[in-house]
Amino acid sequence: MKDVGAPALIGLRELTRKKRSRSQNQLFGPPLECTNRLKEIMTRHYYLARFATGAKPVAWVTSGAPVELLRSFGFYTIYPENHGALVGAKKQGAAMCSIAEGAGYSPDLCSYARIDLAHTLSRKTPAGRLPKPDLLFASNNICQTIAYWFKAISHHYNIPLILFDTPYNYTELAQTDINYMVEQLQQMIPVLEQASGQKFNNSKFTEIVGRARDTSLIWGAILATMQNRPAPMTIFETFFHLAPIVSLRGLPVTYDYYQILLAELKQRVRAGIGATTCEVKRLMWDNIAIWYKVRDHSIRFAEQGMNFVTATYTNAWAETTQHLDVNNPFESMAKTYSLVILNNNLDYRLKLMQRLIQEYRVDGLVIHSARSCKPYSVGQYDIKRKLYQELKIPAVIIDGDITDERAYSDEQTRTRLDAFFEILGN
Amino acid sequence: MSEKYYAGMDVGSHSTETVIIDDNKQQLSFSIIDTGLDGNAAAEDALNLALAKIGINGENLKGIVATGYGRANVTSAGKQVTEITCHATGAHHIYPQAGTVIDMGGQDSKVIHIDENGQLVDFVMNDKCAAGTGRFLEVMAKRLGSNLDQFGNLALLSEQAVPISNTCTVFAESEVVSLLAKNHPRDQIIRGLHQAIVDRIWAQSQTVGIHGAVIMTGGVALNQGVIQLLEDKLKCELLIPPQPQIVGALGAALIARRNFR
Repeated sequence: MKDVGAPALIGLRELTRKKRSRSQNQLFGPPLECTNRLKEIMTRHYYLARFATGAKPVAWVTSGAPVELLRSFGFYTIYPENHGALVGAKKQGAAMCSIAEGAGYSPDLCSYARIDLAHTLSRKTPAGRLPKPDLLFASNNICQTIAYWFKAISHHYNIPLILFDTPYNYTELAQTDINYMVEQLQQMIPVLEQASGQKFNNSKFTEIVGRARDTSLIWGAILATMQNRPAPMTIFETFFHLAPIVSLRGLPVTYDYYQILLAELKQRVRAGIGATTCEVKRLMWDNIAIWYKVRDHSIRFAEQGMNFVTATYTNAWAETTQHLDVNNPFESMAKTYSLVILNNNLDYRLKLMQRLIQEYRVDGLVIHSARSCKPYSVGQYDIKRKLYQELKIPAVIIDGDITDERAYSDEQTRTRLDAFFEILGN
Repeated sequence: MSEKYYAGMDVGSHSTETVIIDDNKQQLSFSIIDTGLDGNAAAEDALNLALAKIGINGENLKGIVATGYGRANVTSAGKQVTEITCHATGAHHIYPQAGTVIDMGGQDSKVIHIDENGQLVDFVMNDKCAAGTGRFLEVMAKRLGSNLDQFGNLALLSEQAVPISNTCTVFAESEVVSLLAKNHPRDQIIRGLHQAIVDRIWAQSQTVGIHGAVIMTGGVALNQGVIQLLEDKLKCELLIPPQPQIVGALGAALIARRNFR
């Protein structure tokens, strides 16, 4: 459930800025009208961030953190993972990573972490300027690296770090774990009161939880439009439209935006408009995007008559947030954030993927083995084998990285993908 | 001999192979040359060489398929197909009972699962690393002062192997230098290197599983040390074609016949 969304924002600008050739244009349906609105929302968010310092308490947040609680105290939030993806989409990942490596961080460390550390050390960013944080808010439900990465940032700025510890679900989520997480959420309140200078307001908190839940439900409905054939959107576009639910979750602007996007997608479905003009095979993507290759990949697969209609990644924000319950906000938050895909066992992930394959009528699976994201990449060979055994779904694994282009080889990937196309063509 | 001919060309990182077949899928001729710097030129040279062997003019070729890393640059080819599918097709033609193809070439190694019709089902390739490839053996043979052709036999001279890191060709080379300096017997080091490469391809094979009979292709299949140690590790006998290097080109020729008949 790592954040790719908002980052994409600027990646999206890059995508649309580069004119496709006429032959490439013939591969795709008309662009979504909502895209401009998305750009406005995300640009505004990043622009206002420049003026947040002093005006609002600023928090840097991980993609899997229970931000609803933080929002009730009026924090302005920045998502370093999101920023990392933005850097990756701008093809500045390797350069930023090198700065962190020069400071002694290992090249084996997650590249989102290296980029964030590089930004912290150098203040370099393609986003203009990011506000310094007053507080760090992290959850280890996506990985353990987060804890050490955010500790380093906390040490650098000498600011508090709130870490929401979600025990890994080796089997079912246990009530004792829920109790442990609820207790942590409640213990955060006095710390957040002190950091923000505001008293906890339960009705405001509940309202945000309710809105986050409703927004998640709409996000699920947006994804579900891709169950139609042809799908009205590609997963590459979804990576971008994911931005608000990741970075602006719980805010009215996100809820409003998704209602408009959903309406447009439903209209496309009614009119039979597909994201690609030739959708012969439907694919699923596993893991975070390869940010510096999104555009290339979108064209590459469209040329083969293949469209990605679902991804474990984009699904993450529809899968568990809907469990949020205004009548029981703390316990439901604990469940919501504990049950994310990366905090669960492989059997859970396998069943989830089997369900998505059936719901979205998937013909093949592309698995990105991301050097950065060990929790997402571990077990992929087992999952691949199991899915073939049980559903006869062919899959290909491509080695790469989310933002560090040095860990990606075009030539190696081309051969793997060509062979995958040959399998699907048989 | 029928009058319809088809050619397959495998332009690899190290060598380029061409196979010519007739309409009855009979292999008539083959050639193997170094790829050098220009893959397209190598492909043309290899093709001309194979044609000259049987006195056929290039105009008599009904179809040409190119495969291998240089496939995209072969201008005479009517179609490009990955070496994965070509090895699967070639292997199935030689040994229809094969369910698994282990291909170890100059730059990459792969394990391919094929069905009873020779169709590609699944595959795994080495990641961005030369360990476990022909290049690894080539570098090590040079370092240990051995001819590549004899390198595999030297591995079988010793019963004991010195453990070698199998993660990186460069580091393994340093390791060899260090082991030599410590007076470890050369044969044991060579066996250790072969064991390392075998352990690596074995691990790859486990990710797609071993299905049916196992055929080994690629230039490394000429190395007796790798073959014997891999057979020990897999606990099965490997099927080795007479010219394991040309299986990809043969597959390409068969695909040319299928597509351009």
